[in-house]
Amino acid sequence: MSEIESTLSIREQSMAALITRRFFKHKLAGVAIAVLALLVLFSVLADLTPYEPTEQNPTQMFQKSSLQHWFGTDELGRDVFTRILYGGRVSLSVGLISTFLSISLGVLVGALSGYFGGWIDSALMRITDAFLTFPTIFVLILLGAFLREQQLYILQNSVFVVIIIIAALSWMWPARLVRGLFLVLREKEFVSASRALGGSSARIILRHILPNCIGPILVSGTLQMASAIITESGLSYLGFGVQPPTPTWGSILSTAQNQVFRAPWLAFYPGLMIFITVMSINYIGDGLRDAFDPYVIHTE
Amino acid sequence: MRTYALRRLLQTVPILFIISILLFLMVRAAPGGPLTAARRNPNISKEQLEAIEEQLGLNDPLPVQYGRWLGGMLNGDLGESIKFRRPVSEMISERVPNTLILVGASFLVTLLFAIPIGILSARKPYSPFDYTMTTVTFVGQAIPVYWLGLGLIVIFYVTIKNPFTGDPLFPVGGMNSRGREGDLLDTLWHLILPVTALSLGWIAWYSRFLRSSMLDVLHEDYIRTARAKGLADRWVYYKHALRNAILPLVTLIALDLPSLFAGALFVETIFSWPGMGRLFWDAAKGRDYPVLLGVVMLTAILIIVCNIIADLAYGWLNPQVKYE
Repeated sequence: MSEIESTLSIREQSMAALITRRFFKHKLAGVAIAVLALLVLFSVLADLTPYEPTEQNPTQMFQKSSLQHWFGTDELGRDVFTRILYGGRVSLSVGLISTFLSISLGVLVGALSGYFGGWIDSALMRITDAFLTFPTIFVLILLGAFLREQQLYILQNSVFVVIIIIAALSWMWPARLVRGLFLVLREKEFVSASRALGGSSARIILRHILPNCIGPILVSGTLQMASAIITESGLSYLGFGVQPPTPTWGSILSTAQNQVFRAPWLAFYPGLMIFITVMSINYIGDGLRDAFDPYVIHTE
Repeated sequence: MRTYALRRLLQTVPILFIISILLFLMVRAAPGGPLTAARRNPNISKEQLEAIEEQLGLNDPLPVQYGRWLGGMLNGDLGESIKFRRPVSEMISERVPNTLILVGASFLVTLLFAIPIGILSARKPYSPFDYTMTTVTFVGQAIPVYWLGLGLIVIFYVTIKNPFTGDPLFPVGGMNSRGREGDLLDTLWHLILPVTALSLGWIAWYSRFLRSSMLDVLHEDYIRTARAKGLADRWVYYKHALRNAILPLVTLIALDLPSLFAGALFVETIFSWPGMGRLFWDAAKGRDYPVLLGVVMLTAILIIVCNIIADLAYGWLNPQVKYE
């Protein structure tokens, strides 16, 4: 084989492999994946620390960082490092699950709206607009306060309540995005071809249009997840999210605030965790955007 | 344009209608309802309680009650606070100016920093300045406003003291020091930390947006024309490019308003700023539903109005836009 031939021959690659390769070209995105994986791993392995997240020790109040207590202890002598790991479990799962719900609902609404158009589109978009005018944080607090007072058993679980209300107030952005994509894609030749061959609407939506939207949907998923984590922490920080004794990064920060004069360092770690997580997710979103954008050329 | 504005206003009526029904059902479903205190009182007999219910119209069918509630609201009557026994509209209107001062000041600071940063980054993309700003803005966007606020308190109130007097460097509670109410300079002094906490994320977000918007515009043909005819760089950037690049920013700002108020709520809570957000938080802790609903309804209306203004402003700034 001549030199020219070997240069010209192109190795065949699957789409997934191509996207993955392009993703890791974005070096910070690669780092961010590693950091996030580490955070998840630590949270999963939280049981391995010698303390319990709610275990109080009155003789060990307000310890600074040491070998026994990596992040020190709080006003009840609880180990902050342990609490942060358990808090990470809650904060990360709330972020992940509420994002999944909000994206699912958003894709459903956006797909129906964009594909069928007409009165379905008008009706769904009016509802979307109505939700967009909600002053989100106010409504979240109102719902957080209100739902927990109801007698329903399932509403006694504050983690569940927070997941539902965050998803219920954030599906509008993916819905608009997906609708826009569908409006463009439904006019494409491959859709007409499928229709001419007798493809049903469901088949066209699921097999032909939706796979072409994966990139933007994933990117918007990262944005949603970052904002869901910030929202959950904020709600818990204000006292209307996940309720004590379950630790989350937001509620740990909130108790730290009360001790800001005695132990100002307590406020540092929970906020740092939120910050690192959100930062990593944002970089991953950035990497995904580049990976799915055929026009981005990476300089090696 | 006037008909367009009018139509947009009319379109918001059904939205407000839906919101108001949801809110009304919530007040009604609130545990205990408005008679909780009366029910607990052993001196009030069952007959008296029923009489009160009849008098307040709590036995009427729900739609009738809703009509009465809506009618009251249209007349500016948002009901009475359960906790303070004061008209909600009065309590809110006391707080609105304070929130507007905080949000307005933060907004001004945001534009003051974001626009120059955005322009300079776009003028020399991928320069050291641009890279530094990219990193800074990524950090700025990921810092939660409540953590930043708390951090500012720890640094500038708890840790660093004024070397001459030993007092904290900046005040962190309320709008004025004791005995200096109405003193504008003192209020500005109190504004510094809250405004810093509120604007940092916004500066990051808008400078980023303006940068990419500028870069888009700079690829346009008319920019090349302007350059080709020998126009000074300064004119190309500030007159031709900026005017067009800033257009999408107007819409973005209007759409972002809810989150601006959300940020204000956190900042007001942390810094005890006596605004609407703080009022809302206090009311939420005490489950004072009439106050909560009043604030939600008012902010919803505010957001809708701002969206319409943004649409109109966009058309005013961009003559290509035609209102049908």
